[in-house]
Amino acid sequence: MDTSEDILQQASPDLVRGSGTARAAKAARLSPSFVSWLQAGPMMLVFLAFFLIPLVFVVIVSFWDYNEYQLLPAFSGRGYTDTFEGCIAQLPDLCTIAKTYLKTLKLCFLVWAITLFIGFWVAYFLAFHVKSRTWQMGLSLLCTIPFWTSNVIRMIAWIPLLGRNGLVNSGLVKTGAINQPLEWLLFSEFSVVLALVHLFTFFMVVPIFNSMVRIDKSLIEAAYDAGAAGFQTLVNVIIPLAKPGIVIGSIFVITIVMGDFITIGVMGGQQIAAAGKIIETRVNALQFPAAAANAVILLVITFLIITMMSRIVDIKKEL
Amino acid sequence: MTETTKKTGVSRRTLLKSTAGLAGLAAGSGAITGFPYVMSAEPKVLRYLGTAVNEGDDISKQCLKDTGIKIEYITATTDDVTKRVMTQPNSFDVLDTEYFSLKKIVPSGNILALDSRKIKEFDNITPVFTKGQTPGGKKIGGQGTAPWKVLYLEGKDSKKFATSATEFVTLIPTVYNADTLGVRPDLIKRPISSWAELLNPEFKGKASILNIPSIGIMDAAMVVEASGKYKYADKGNMTKEEIDLTMKVMIEAKKAGQFRAFWKDFNESVNLMASGETVIQSMWSPAVTKVRSMGIACTFQPLKEGYRSWASGFCVSKGVSGAKLEWAYEFVNWFLAGYAGAYLNRQGYYSAVLSTAKAHMEPYEWAYWMEGKAAEKDIKAPDGSLLEKAGAVRDGGSYEDRMGGVACWNAVMDENDYMVRKWNEFIAA
Repeated sequence: MDTSEDILQQASPDLVRGSGTARAAKAARLSPSFVSWLQAGPMMLVFLAFFLIPLVFVVIVSFWDYNEYQLLPAFSGRGYTDTFEGCIAQLPDLCTIAKTYLKTLKLCFLVWAITLFIGFWVAYFLAFHVKSRTWQMGLSLLCTIPFWTSNVIRMIAWIPLLGRNGLVNSGLVKTGAINQPLEWLLFSEFSVVLALVHLFTFFMVVPIFNSMVRIDKSLIEAAYDAGAAGFQTLVNVIIPLAKPGIVIGSIFVITIVMGDFITIGVMGGQQIAAAGKIIETRVNALQFPAAAANAVILLVITFLIITMMSRIVDIKKEL
Repeated sequence: MTETTKKTGVSRRTLLKSTAGLAGLAAGSGAITGFPYVMSAEPKVLRYLGTAVNEGDDISKQCLKDTGIKIEYITATTDDVTKRVMTQPNSFDVLDTEYFSLKKIVPSGNILALDSRKIKEFDNITPVFTKGQTPGGKKIGGQGTAPWKVLYLEGKDSKKFATSATEFVTLIPTVYNADTLGVRPDLIKRPISSWAELLNPEFKGKASILNIPSIGIMDAAMVVEASGKYKYADKGNMTKEEIDLTMKVMIEAKKAGQFRAFWKDFNESVNLMASGETVIQSMWSPAVTKVRSMGIACTFQPLKEGYRSWASGFCVSKGVSGAKLEWAYEFVNWFLAGYAGAYLNRQGYYSAVLSTAKAHMEPYEWAYWMEGKAAEKDIKAPDGSLLEKAGAVRDGGSYEDRMGGVACWNAVMDENDYMVRKWNEFIAA
């Protein structure tokens, strides 16, 4: 009784109020807004300590100066001006940062589109074609199996498969499909996208599946009764109702891919530019303010993308 | 019987207490006071920050056996070692790093120079470090951050490098080598003799360089010079114009698809070469040996323009003093006393004190690794695995030939910031 009440109280303090037990009476004496603050408090503190304060430091440091071996705490826009070096002078050629972001956005878009496509249909299958709850659970757990190993291993596992003398190439050469091994299978944009899709599709599956299982089945029956074809039901009923899941999954994938430099580095043979990689190179050279400036730029751009997406769907309302 | 049980009990307790002591040390509290028992049992522990080159379980075990000092390795990449020295100088005691990072580390004031008078073998350190020449008298190329330029400080707390010998040594030399291109002779099928071959279109999509900007650009400079495009005053300290010129050559090569991938650690370089993804790339000596021990032909190719060399050594964190500083000296002295030197020599690196290492090696091993003679017997790695069959000759030959052929040293340029920005441009191209 006690525990279920706690859960209720967490879900909504109003529900518990007036239920008659001593605990609820106590809660009722405190103002509801105070209780809400109290409940949100721990998370807020964690957020403040491990996200907001460090972020403020990053922004501050991004405006500092530096030399070979230390940060100089004096205001300087050097981190930013160096980053955008040549962006006007080099026109019509693109400057380094513009090229880097174009590449990052391209990879991001490809990965997003592919994970969305695969993730949507996997979730669709789990939610509508698998009838039993047990099977649904079992199959979704099956999707998590790749996560039992580290993502570095999952990524590196592709290398012997896709290499010049790898399994795929030697197989294709043996069957006579090609004469020369395909070079673009590894250390290319193809391999980067492949590895990223492999790593992150699951982040798309979970929220979409979560949205889909909450769709009232009677709505689909109603659509059927009203004479909607399967495709019409999909477009007019299921997709709109699965939108929150789609947006949340997209946010997961986009934020991860925008900041990634390890996968892009390893699978791209360190030859493909990425926003995260610029930061890594700067940090490795101990140029922290320049790295911080790049981090702020990345944050702003990612934030803009997320804002645009939440314009399409009001996540707060949908949840 | 009772006695044995008792002993075990005590030793376990000692272990527990010393572990607690370790935790205390790690917390930075230094000596633990108020616990006389623990004080007496305080283990001699040194936290050793470095790249994997000098580290090995065999070395730390032997050190514990000989000196009672327990070495706790903190392993990181070259860049991360430097980063750690700058940002967390209290997180380590002994630092094992490369000479080229001194240009960053010394001005930060986070390290303590060691006193050469307390280093027993200091006078026996190879003249490569002290005079810039081989024991046989060959002059060594000094472009870049050559160790003899940054070996001494002007005073104990000075941040300036001294031009002549003082007793304040920035890094006590330990290990060094001469790097060049590794090639797959079975796939290239013709002799390679110049750095220019790295960018030869013949090896399109099959070449690689190191993904550390400051080192990668020097390999590139070797290529530029070898192909006769430009002659640098100092490849290790380029002007902005020289950086632009070098990067232009690199960008053209990258756009043309010359490089398969860039590598950053030992294993990556081994994998690229062993799998045939690359047939020509800058490499480290033990990595070549590793590829060969997999049964794959690989040559550490001597080139007419010479080698790019690197060297590393020991210093301590500025926070180290008292008994701990004495242990650090004891450890450094032990390291130069021969066991570790022989261990490094058997991997294909070179030890700083040749005489002590020689005493710890078999004559046939010394002849193979150091004198460039054909192996009389099978050559084995420190772990006992077979490296070369009898009759093999080391690539590049003797110590004199290899170190004498060094053209430049790993470096940090004055224009490092600009160079890093250009490197990002190169990656984005």
